Amino acid sequence: MALFAELWCVAAYLVLSVAAIATVRLKLSGPLIYSGAFATGMFALGVASFALVENNFDGPDVVLPLGLPWLGAHFQMDALTAFFLVIVNLGGAMASLYALGYGAHEKAPHRVVPFYPAFLAGMNLVLLAADAFSFLLSWEFMSLASWALVLAHHREGDNVRAGYVYLVMASFGTLSLLLAFGILAGGQGDYSFEAIRAGVQTPTLGAVVLVLVLMGAGSKAGLVPLHVWLPLAHPAAPSHVSALMSGVMTKVAVYGFIRIVFDLVGSPAWWWALVVLVPAGASAVLGVLYALMERDLKRLLAYSTVENIGFIFVGLGLALAFWANNVLWAAALALTAALLHSLNHSLFKTTLFFGAGAVLTQTGVRDLEQLGGLIHRMPHTSFAFLVAAAAIAALPPLNGFVSEWLTFQAVLVSPETAQWGLRLTIPAVGALLALAAALAGACFIRAFGFVFLGRPRSAAAENAVEADALSIVPMFTLCILMLLLGVLPGFAIDLVAPVVHGLVGGTLPHQANVPWYSIAPIAETRSSYNGLLVFVFIFISTSLAVVSIHLFASNAVRREDPWDCGYGELPTNAQYSAGSFAQPIRRVFGTLLFRAREEIDMPRPGEMRPARLRVELHDPIWETLYAPIAHAVMSTAGRLNVLQFLTIRRYLGLVFFALVTLLLVLATWS
Amino acid sequence: MVLIVDLITQGAQMMLVLILAPALVGLVRKVKAQLLRRQGPPITQVYRDLLRLLRKDVVLAKNASWLFRVAPYMIFAATWVAAALVPTFAGGLMFSWSADLIAIIALLGASRFFLSLAGLDVGTSFGGIGSSREAMIAALAEPALIMIVFTLALLAGSTQLSAVSEFMASSDVGLRVSLALALFGLIIVALAENARVPVDNPATHLELTMVHEAMVLEYSGRHLAVIEMAAALKLLLYISLIACIFAPWGIADVGAPVGAYMFGIMLYLIKIAVAGVLLAVFETSIAKMRVFRVSEFLGIALMLGLLGALLRFVSRGL
Repeated sequence: MALFAELWCVAAYLVLSVAAIATVRLKLSGPLIYSGAFATGMFALGVASFALVENNFDGPDVVLPLGLPWLGAHFQMDALTAFFLVIVNLGGAMASLYALGYGAHEKAPHRVVPFYPAFLAGMNLVLLAADAFSFLLSWEFMSLASWALVLAHHREGDNVRAGYVYLVMASFGTLSLLLAFGILAGGQGDYSFEAIRAGVQTPTLGAVVLVLVLMGAGSKAGLVPLHVWLPLAHPAAPSHVSALMSGVMTKVAVYGFIRIVFDLVGSPAWWWALVVLVPAGASAVLGVLYALMERDLKRLLAYSTVENIGFIFVGLGLALAFWANNVLWAAALALTAALLHSLNHSLFKTTLFFGAGAVLTQTGVRDLEQLGGLIHRMPHTSFAFLVAAAAIAALPPLNGFVSEWLTFQAVLVSPETAQWGLRLTIPAVGALLALAAALAGACFIRAFGFVFLGRPRSAAAENAVEADALSIVPMFTLCILMLLLGVLPGFAIDLVAPVVHGLVGGTLPHQANVPWYSIAPIAETRSSYNGLLVFVFIFISTSLAVVSIHLFASNAVRREDPWDCGYGELPTNAQYSAGSFAQPIRRVFGTLLFRAREEIDMPRPGEMRPARLRVELHDPIWETLYAPIAHAVMSTAGRLNVLQFLTIRRYLGLVFFALVTLLLVLATWS
Repeated sequence: MVLIVDLITQGAQMMLVLILAPALVGLVRKVKAQLLRRQGPPITQVYRDLLRLLRKDVVLAKNASWLFRVAPYMIFAATWVAAALVPTFAGGLMFSWSADLIAIIALLGASRFFLSLAGLDVGTSFGGIGSSREAMIAALAEPALIMIVFTLALLAGSTQLSAVSEFMASSDVGLRVSLALALFGLIIVALAENARVPVDNPATHLELTMVHEAMVLEYSGRHLAVIEMAAALKLLLYISLIACIFAPWGIADVGAPVGAYMFGIMLYLIKIAVAGVLLAVFETSIAKMRVFRVSEFLGIALMLGLLGALLRFVSRGL
């Protein structure tokens, strides 16, 4: 039944999309469509969560007479689908609610509103698809809908380039997935998931599929080195769409990876884990370092998505390693960590993008160096942003810490693996994760500190006002969810237990049985964490300190100029800037990775021109991987351009030679 | 009955660290002064300073936000909760299972998060310098600490601090290379995290190298007192952590006779006194390093931690 309900929701999204086109001239079109999308999202969320809690997926698969005539479009729903449906529709519903307020600031609503429900429908369809054809079709539908949304503001800045890069990367990803499914379906070409699952892969073919899926899903999720389109495309879209692309669509890619590698292929070899772990570890560290160097708020958030995707894929890689070694409980632990982090990341990243969107509409600025002091003018937005920043920086008792803690626990059981390759790689990946986690803290201190704290660095920041209530409500709802998942993580672990069991066959101990709502993924003597108690302890000791000090000591406050060692109040541009905040980290990590160079132009004494500091950063991956490819394509195209201006004789000659060559090839082949 | 004893032990421990922390800071200052042939203020001076600060008005910068006023209490609470989770004189703490070593690190991270934000709130350049450098130091110290925890956890088969401490007190520890690496790494991290020489100088206010002092520059009155208290607690926490892992003698077990508890307290006092004196001697005998050398210093800790963890993955004997 749940499957039918979800398919009806997809249909509703598509109807909304058509309705948006029909009503594009109406002023009320936007609010109507967004409310419809909100209602549909909430309904789909309810159905999916109910199915997940009940763990009842007995209903038959649905085959619709669409797509390939001999195949039809298969749809199914299992625990994995339901879990990701929860992520997608929770994000979707919240983004629709947010858009009700945010959309009023949209200058070109007709470029956003029709594609928005289509995008949601696409993401839902990917999760429900049960054959390769409809999976790829939905995947491409999702990509194209989001591409159209990226180009909504196509006249601004670099957005056309962003759309182009996104289109190229999305096509590359779909091509990889297409090839992967081609191999999986084999010679008979039975594309339904059921048939693929029943088929047996040789280890070599399985490995080829793994690499192809890693490229296909990884390029959509933002795994290094395929992440280049994220920081371009995510910020270019309107903020509620950025939130969906960064927080939710990347999770659909994670779903794609899990579905194909864990469910359809299965039985991994131990070194598959290495193939996943190495780019994942690199993504975690590089993503956050890029984010630390970035001064555009939305690009910073997109880079931080790269980091979190790295975290998720490390969990998936560890799960593969344990599964290959037949240590099923450890595989379950790692997979649980990855799934929970997917959910957690979707919560805080959407909130952060909502906050960034609110800042953007109120100030028109995304540059950290021109913001500041918004905590006074946008108190609610800043509070929600602070909670989300603390959660993404993995501070207890919020949810980010739980999934990070579980990932570390999974790293710590890796001496259970038998192979030297894994034993040497996993601690190194663990160190990379630890580094990324610490840098993420610094990154979000910087993001929050320079947007919301300090004094306003521009007139736009000085005149900002609080965002409307409809934008605030979803942010606060998500914050409450972050706290709940942080203090009561046991329920979430139990909720994903059927998903994990269905994939790797192992389970963690039932967490509801652990006393005091603690979580103990392996055994209580080994490691346990209780978010609720930590929260209560922090609450009690804070209140104790506040109450006793205000009762027994002074509670007087006097407002004066800042002290600043006697310098007093300097002009606002004498504040520390986001660039200078990142300077120590840039010197430590960036000199090697980004070939960071600082040029100081100091005027001689007596000269009246200002001193200048110029920082030069190079993107190592763009310059070593993408720029040569782009250059090669351009120069080949330039050379081939000659072919356009030949005489008819030469064209005929070319055709003749081509024919002869082909016949020769054919002759030697057979 | 057992529950009550447990609660009392836990409560006593929380109060003990709170009372002892300023004394430890006072002791370090006194010994440092004596080593420089100065008389130095009495150990109780730190308590007097704190009380005096508590009585004074808070002078807030005009544009300080609510975060600036809340941050001191958050910093204090996170540090205090973390300190309460480290066994001092008695093991088997009632709530030790509620957070393991990784959570303790994260709690300290939370207190640093708020301190750095507070440094940025007023919008002065000194606060920014402090926060920025703190972020750099933390970015290296925290992973180093996590790798050290990995080493210990792989050895003891648990990330629970009480379990690690019990394991280290048992006879099957022996001399191990990985433990030596972990100890050195932990000491480096402790020096950096507590803003001690050679990373930062707790005695100066107007030096361009300052980190911690720069972040708290705008604080005054009770807010400053709470932050100073949190800093003292953090120092005591690190010393207790090193003591309970690498010198776990005399930590009373659950249900031990009262004598064992008294013995535990005595031994604990001796341990922190020795550590305080050692810290003072170390600080007077070494010069502060340039701020960009700190990354190399902490890089050593990170490498030691990674090496220790790798050794544990490679061999069970090392």
